[in-house]
Amino acid sequence: MDTSLPPKFGQFGGMFVPELLIPALDQLEQAFIEAQQDPAFIKEFNELLTEYAGRPTPLTKTRNIVSNPLVTLYLKREDLLHGGAHKTNQVLGQVLLAKRMNKTEIIAETGAGQHGTATALACALLGLKARIYMGAEDVKRQEPNVFRMRLMGAEVIPVNAGSGTLKDAVNEALRDWSATYETTHYLLGTAAGPHPFPTIVREFHRMIGEETRVQIMKKEQRLPDAIIACVGGGSNAIGMFADFIDEPSVALIGVEPAGKGIETNQHGAAIGKGSKGILHGAYSYIMQDRNGQIEESYSISAGLDYPAVGPQHAHLHDIGRASYVSITDAEALDAFQKLARLEGIIPALESSHALAHALKMAEAATKETVLVVNLSGRGDKDIQHVQQFIGKGLMP
Amino acid sequence: MTRYGLLFENLKRKQEGAFVPFVMLGDPGIEQSFEIICTLIDAGADALELGFPFSDPIADGPTIQKSALRALKHNTTPDQCFEIIAKVRARYSEIPIGLLLYSNLVMKRGLAEFYQAAHMSGVDSVLLADVPFRESEPFREQAKKNKIDHILIAAPNADEKALANIASSATGYIYMLGRAGVTGAENQADCDLSNTLGELLQKKATPSLIGFGISRPEQIKNYLLAGAAGVIAGSATVNIIEKHETNAEVMHRELALFCQAMKAATKL
Ligand SMILES: Cc1ncc(COP(=O)(O)O)c(C=O)c1O
Repeated sequence: MDTSLPPKFGQFGGMFVPELLIPALDQLEQAFIEAQQDPAFIKEFNELLTEYAGRPTPLTKTRNIVSNPLVTLYLKREDLLHGGAHKTNQVLGQVLLAKRMNKTEIIAETGAGQHGTATALACALLGLKARIYMGAEDVKRQEPNVFRMRLMGAEVIPVNAGSGTLKDAVNEALRDWSATYETTHYLLGTAAGPHPFPTIVREFHRMIGEETRVQIMKKEQRLPDAIIACVGGGSNAIGMFADFIDEPSVALIGVEPAGKGIETNQHGAAIGKGSKGILHGAYSYIMQDRNGQIEESYSISAGLDYPAVGPQHAHLHDIGRASYVSITDAEALDAFQKLARLEGIIPALESSHALAHALKMAEAATKETVLVVNLSGRGDKDIQHVQQFIGKGLMP
Repeated sequence: MTRYGLLFENLKRKQEGAFVPFVMLGDPGIEQSFEIICTLIDAGADALELGFPFSDPIADGPTIQKSALRALKHNTTPDQCFEIIAKVRARYSEIPIGLLLYSNLVMKRGLAEFYQAAHMSGVDSVLLADVPFRESEPFREQAKKNKIDHILIAAPNADEKALANIASSATGYIYMLGRAGVTGAENQADCDLSNTLGELLQKKATPSLIGFGISRPEQIKNYLLAGAAGVIAGSATVNIIEKHETNAEVMHRELALFCQAMKAATKL
């Protein structure tokens, strides 16, 4: 055995990276294993989560958005976490790991800028230098987040290669890392990539599901019927699912972006419409053409605009433990506005995908049902973008 | 004996190292690739490394990334690449031909079918830039079935165990990295490889070729003296193609001059 932790989830995952990066990944795995057994590490991580980031986040019972009296819908409020999204959880964990490994610099990729923002804030707090790769297209689309990262002292490097979006930013981060691994940690932003990232990212997000379990038991004295989360690379979803995988009564539902429609070629549904292949270090479901070239994904939500998915989701799909559905741009925009109008919460466009699917389930329910949506982030970053789409034509 | 075996034996007798240029198939066009390869061989290339263009080449710097994009712009397919290789093989029966590509192109076609197609077209070796030793077993198995050498990478940060694996499993040649990072002529190979080369020689490993950051004749001699069997130059070759993309005559002349100069430097 080359690794200490299992590098695969069923047939998925692995370490499909240049030989050069293997020592860096092995070092990271060892540091993670040791940290998990070190009370001082756990204490510092937990202190940061509670006193800096604001955990535990509330579980909010919606009051108005569901009209079916049989259904109770809860929102796990990761939107209230410092930084504005769940991303902050695992970033704090990985920055602590980087310090443990005596690395002085951090590389990260970002699409919407949420992971970049989380990385920038953690590096500002914990005294590391951050270098953030962002597709040149995304730099233009996500101007406010670029400024935010720079305010917190991070260097933002636009990536012109390829299509200038998230997948190209990941490529560039991996290239940088293969020259700088001795002093630098690559802080991958989702539960994808080569082992041990999918495992580390899941473990540093699993409090989302653990808190939800305690909170829902207190409110409902039972587990929910279904948990619904959006899936880009899969970090918020796996953080929410992890504690419920062994609870067969709880349906796990991942929501991929259907973009302009799952039948068009403009979507980001790697599980729904993709096929098995290797991208960014892992064997998983990816979007590719008949020759194996990676296709560009599309979604109104930059955080879901990624042509692959984390390997554990591929596995949960294959064994039938979780189901993966998709929601279009239009449906997500609709849910975005409904939550604002009816509950006074502006969700991230990513999270709006999960919400939109939960609302469909609520409408269809014919028996008493308790649903939990992981509201992975808040929508402040999306306001300008949404305004362009709906203009003055707000929903009645 | 394999083509690599014959080549290395031959060069050893002549006290020469191997010069191995890399080019991307389909850059600037698939027909031009054939002519470029002929020019390189006629100018003294001892073996070839040929790339299949891939959309997301994580081990490549800007030069080879752009080369892949140029090849993909006119939809170069693996089928076309195999056709060109077969044409090269029909004209040159002895030169070792290696492929350098990314695993998803192999996965998509299916391992068995890919390695069969490679063998049929006359390929001698396959190097997968994103398949480290620990993920290599299924690929090595299919390669072996089809009489193809699976090329292993010796990285400058390889530890004792990694080197032992390489020494006992490598066939064809060992691709030894001249430095960390990605491909590119901007940063010169800068690692002292004499210990690694010495260790592999002592373990009677298959010969090593040095790649990454090799772009000038002056770099070659020290590596050969330290025990390398030759060098691979990718970005430096591809740079010439990029620079003279629109003037085939100058491109071929420059490629030939570069190849001759590098080859001359391999003669000790
Ligand atoms: C708020 C929010 N939710 C979800 C995602 C998607 O990522 P993941 O699938 O890793 O949770 C992002 C990514 O940027 C995000 O910002």
